[in-house]
Amino acid sequence: MAGLELLSDQGYRVDGRRAGELRKIQARMGVFAQADGSAYIEQGNTKALAVVYGPHEIRGSRARALPDRALVNCQYSSATFSTGERKRRPHGDRKSCEMGLQLRQTFEAAILTQLHPRSQIDIYVQVLQADGGTYAACVNAATLAVLDAGIPMRDFVCACSAGFVDGTALADLSHVEEAAGGPQLAMALLPASGQIALLEMDARLHEDHLERVLEAAARAARDVHTLLDRVVRQHVREASILLGD
Amino acid sequence: MASVSLSEAEKVYIVHGVQEDLRVDGRGCEDYRGVEVETDVVSNTSGSARVRLGHTDILVGVKAEMGTPKLEKPNEGYLEFFVDCSANATPEFEGRGGDDLGTEIANTLYRIFHNKSSVDLEALCISPREHCWVLYVDVLLLECGGNLFDAISIAVKAALFNTRIPRVRVLEDEEGSKDIELSDDPYDSIRLSVEHVPCIVTLCKIGCRHVVDATLQEEACSLASLLVAVTSKGVVTCVRKVGKGSLDPESIFEMMETSKRVGKVLHASLQSVLHKEESLGPRRPKIGFLG
Repeated sequence: MAGLELLSDQGYRVDGRRAGELRKIQARMGVFAQADGSAYIEQGNTKALAVVYGPHEIRGSRARALPDRALVNCQYSSATFSTGERKRRPHGDRKSCEMGLQLRQTFEAAILTQLHPRSQIDIYVQVLQADGGTYAACVNAATLAVLDAGIPMRDFVCACSAGFVDGTALADLSHVEEAAGGPQLAMALLPASGQIALLEMDARLHEDHLERVLEAAARAARDVHTLLDRVVRQHVREASILLGD
Repeated sequence: MASVSLSEAEKVYIVHGVQEDLRVDGRGCEDYRGVEVETDVVSNTSGSARVRLGHTDILVGVKAEMGTPKLEKPNEGYLEFFVDCSANATPEFEGRGGDDLGTEIANTLYRIFHNKSSVDLEALCISPREHCWVLYVDVLLLECGGNLFDAISIAVKAALFNTRIPRVRVLEDEEGSKDIELSDDPYDSIRLSVEHVPCIVTLCKIGCRHVVDATLQEEACSLASLLVAVTSKGVVTCVRKVGKGSLDPESIFEMMETSKRVGKVLHASLQSVLHKEESLGPRRPKIGFLG
């Protein structure tokens, strides 16, 4: 790690956080009126929007309909101005397709798809600004949007990334920490049961350290859950006031 | 675009209302809906703006990158437009579904900026024939609730107003080799004058009258509309007819007169909002999508 010290001797990270500390999370549900569900989340400087349409009839080919459960369709796109260097295409590139697939897997694990056979649920996420942890921000935004749409889920899905620097596990990596090239772990957790909906790790990490990194990611995901839960409760409270209950 | 289906009776209701200068939401024929503008919403761009016009939601990011001037204009920089119709707006835009509309809007933007007065392109030149600033104006469509073109042009103008391009100097040594030096101060930047940047005023022909800022329902009742790009002084830089119907020449002149009148007011209020927001300085609370 030439030049940049990711973790100081005093235990502070580049942006002044402690190892297990999250960035500031702000979120809002019900951003758009036309969609069935929508949410917006800011995790530090990473900003993502998620929109949910459905459950509705299968669009396009009927052959895609599943007889016993709903089809979950995800598209990830990242605005051309979201990254430091301008992107040429907002979606359709290899990374976006992979992200779409991962989101789909994550939400198939969480949504009670068997309640809506032969129908389709669309989840579209849009990254407006990318500063590390885009997968986590997308999952968290999509969870809120699915909740806003009133689609039954097994549990919240809370995601967080973690890394490993100088023998310490770091939670919620920023872009600078991701770019340094250390091991990175992305985890989506169903907090109530403690089940893992998605786990992905790249780069090299000694097996002995894995447990600590997993532990850090899971703890951070639980912290995210506390925050999201607060947002949902606040939203429901506001909505019920508007309804006059 | 998000589709609306209207019954005959609903259409008649809207058309008759327009005849009496009273629209479904209580506006007159030349009234805009409330416009929300916020600049500097995406911090890793050179300039950005978000505009909300009724249910239409637009986010524009401008990125300045260094490039080479075009051969036919060696001492000018240039603007590149890209419109992304995101699936957020409607599931029809998923995959490549929004590409046609995106290209159409981007081409309209190229056309309204295709004149000498809109933007001072020479200010974007760093060294003739070698380096210039290219401004990538990327429009992201987040929700459509009618009158896309006007909302996009307002957002583009606001984003260009917000754009700050780093100041660079060209140093030349004795052997004639050139070196580009970036200013040390990150706040040392040049800004574009947006005084002559046009805004689009779309006039929708409904029955025998025309309305500005049509909602989706009103757009469904109209067969043809005229898109007029006007500057703050009332200069028309582009006229385009859109839609499947036809317009007679007399009404086109009438519509252009209306658009000039409406456009001047629109520019004046946009300018005052932008200046007011800027006067609040960096301590302005940023709302973005959280408000």
